[in-house]
Amino acid sequence: MTAYLLKRLLIGIATLAVASIVVFSMLEIVPGDPARLMLGMNATPDAVQALRDQMGLDQPVIVRYFEWIGGLLTLDFGKSYTYSVPVLDLVTERVVVSLPLALIALALSTLIAIPVGIFSAERRGRAADTISMGAAQIGVAVPNFWFALLLIYIFAVWLRLVPAGGFPGWSAGIWPALKALILPAIALALPQAAILARVTRSAMLEVLGEDYIRTARAKGMPRRTVLWRHALRNAMIPVLTILGLQFAFLLAGTIIIENVFYLPGLGRLIFQAITQRDLIVVESVVMLLVAMVVVVNLLVDLSYAIVDPRLRTNR
Amino acid sequence: MKSWKTILAAAALALASSTAAMAARTDLVLGVVLEPPHLDPTAGAAAAIDEVVYANVFEGLTRIGSKGEILPDLAESWTVSDDGKVYTFKLHTGVKFHDGTDFNADDVKFSLDRARAENSTNAQKTLFAAIDTVEVIDPATVKVTLKQPQGSFLYNLGWGDAVIVAPESAETNKEKPIGTGPFKFESWAKGSSIKLVKADGYWGDPVFLDKAEFRIIPDAAAAIPALLSGDVQAFPNMPLGDGLPQIQSDPRFKVVIGSTEGETILSMNNKKPPFDNLKVRQAISYALDRKAIIDGASNGFGTPIGSHFAPHNPAYVDLTGTYPHDVAKAKELLKEAGLENGFKTTLKLPPPPYARDGGQIIASELREIGIDAEIIPLEWADWLKQVFTEKDYDMSIVSHTEPNDIDIYSRKDYYFNYDNPAFNKVIEELNLTSDEAKRKELYGQAQKILADDAVVGFLFELPKIGVWDAKVEGLWDNAPIQATDLTKVKWAD
Repeated sequence: MTAYLLKRLLIGIATLAVASIVVFSMLEIVPGDPARLMLGMNATPDAVQALRDQMGLDQPVIVRYFEWIGGLLTLDFGKSYTYSVPVLDLVTERVVVSLPLALIALALSTLIAIPVGIFSAERRGRAADTISMGAAQIGVAVPNFWFALLLIYIFAVWLRLVPAGGFPGWSAGIWPALKALILPAIALALPQAAILARVTRSAMLEVLGEDYIRTARAKGMPRRTVLWRHALRNAMIPVLTILGLQFAFLLAGTIIIENVFYLPGLGRLIFQAITQRDLIVVESVVMLLVAMVVVVNLLVDLSYAIVDPRLRTNR
Repeated sequence: MKSWKTILAAAALALASSTAAMAARTDLVLGVVLEPPHLDPTAGAAAAIDEVVYANVFEGLTRIGSKGEILPDLAESWTVSDDGKVYTFKLHTGVKFHDGTDFNADDVKFSLDRARAENSTNAQKTLFAAIDTVEVIDPATVKVTLKQPQGSFLYNLGWGDAVIVAPESAETNKEKPIGTGPFKFESWAKGSSIKLVKADGYWGDPVFLDKAEFRIIPDAAAAIPALLSGDVQAFPNMPLGDGLPQIQSDPRFKVVIGSTEGETILSMNNKKPPFDNLKVRQAISYALDRKAIIDGASNGFGTPIGSHFAPHNPAYVDLTGTYPHDVAKAKELLKEAGLENGFKTTLKLPPPPYARDGGQIIASELREIGIDAEIIPLEWADWLKQVFTEKDYDMSIVSHTEPNDIDIYSRKDYYFNYDNPAFNKVIEELNLTSDEAKRKELYGQAQKILADDAVVGFLFELPKIGVWDAKVEGLWDNAPIQATDLTKVKWAD
């Protein structure tokens, strides 16, 4: 168990190290001078140079890389070129939007998908199965931004139950803030729920075909117990894997959804930072996202060990 | 089921009536596409900064009005010496900055000196290049001496980059702007919205609004539902999208198509063969069908231009007839230039839709006369580097949005690589002239030279599409400078 986790942990750290080099060098290669971009077409060359000096852009690449890494390790992310405020402040302001959004979406998709998947697997081939899997197929096919617009027109423009977009901030109260996150979370959750439902169904079907299930049934165990105690637990490994991957997809999906709902989240921040060549923000946020994904993968690995006792003892 | 529907209907009704019942509102939520990087107009080129703070939070000695005219602002009046070199400004008294400190001549000197200093990062440093000294005569009088006369000096002082800031707050204006305007900064939720409130004890004409919020809505598809749901009541610069007809047909909204200072041009590298040949440039100009380009690149809202000048400007001369769309003539000129078989070239395009969409149309129009232009899409930062700074390009499309910027054609090393002594002379003379009639005539000459030289392909003036609640009054129709002037905005009863 410890060796297994240690190995996973080391892989995680190596991933982070490699990612940092990739992210940093990628942004070095991307052409374009952030100082010129900030000052625009009319600026004089010496004004541009003055800004380059201020931003420390003329230092050697290696020096800047290690300064950046050193900063990350001490939680000093540097200052945004465009906003000229500490990146850490920017990121914290945004995380409180994106993380709850991703978590609500994840919860929604799990709560919808797993019961639907089990329900379909149990009624394989029957009308209920065909209908729910057909719905899932549509869910996979519908682009989430389109679904988002549909939701906006129904619930914001027509019924006026929720705002069409924007985020009032948690300081405005829990309810107004949650209200602003409901539609985006649904829009994010739907395609994920559809995928997860299909995975759950096929994993369940596979397990339900196993001999031990037949044995359990043959010895007269109640259907419900067979389904929830024996089958579901064994079907969990592929479901957990997909769930872990989905967290990364949800974070990526926020870039689109946050634009449609103009939410001030991490996705918007990174999108904006890329177009404005705010390199230091892009680097830090990408690293943060990588770190989040690595942590989630570690948690998934850990949960494998919980559902599958073999992993606890053998390795 | 039925009761659920009733609840929904009741809720919708309650929301609708609560907005309808509030007559003569004093708050306004405006949508803006781009979030300003910071809020100091003296330290960045982003139009988004001026679109929030100009005339609202910050004021200059002079300001630009809705028709592009020069109006007195913090300077009550001024006198100009006979040689055009010495400007003496009489300042308003009793003016306070939003942090309570007094405004006086020292602030003017500080602001102008700061903007033109060696290490200044002012994006429009050239505006102040002519200043020799700034002297404080008394707390209400400032004397500015120029190195040489500059006809556009009062206009230059009206730019957002020339607003007056206080030494106490200059360094923190990016985050917490402190000006002398009728609105003071309240809060900025990054990525979300910027709030302004009416400033107490404002020195000038009182404003009607108590609160104004600029909400950042970058996506064209999100802008429409924001308006329809009533979340946002005005979009002074609506992003072009497919949803505009829907708003136009809705009586709750006013859609105003105005013009801007954005001359959209097909720029050409005048030193690079074959673009160094006047006939080739003329041929290209004849090949352009402005109508088709405007329809495709600006949904038909742009105004055709024949030179580098805004049609709403009083000094505008209509030169769109210089090179009418004439394919035969274009081919003939290419033949005269010895390029009857056409040639291969590139067209580097920045990201805005007018450039990308216009580029497709222009490339196909050029193909008709045998020019094979390969389209190379670039990101902004890359475009600024390759095309604008390094001049490594054949042709490009971009909108020059700075106001009154015909003088860029006289700049040495500007990316057009154009150098015509006759044109430079007109601009020089323009700099030395402050008489309005004479200036108008010189501007006319300058426009004519550029059109005759077919320096670039002059396409259209970028439109300003403003959408706002039909009850909102006082927003600008045109955009002579990039600003959202809220000083006259109010709700009709």
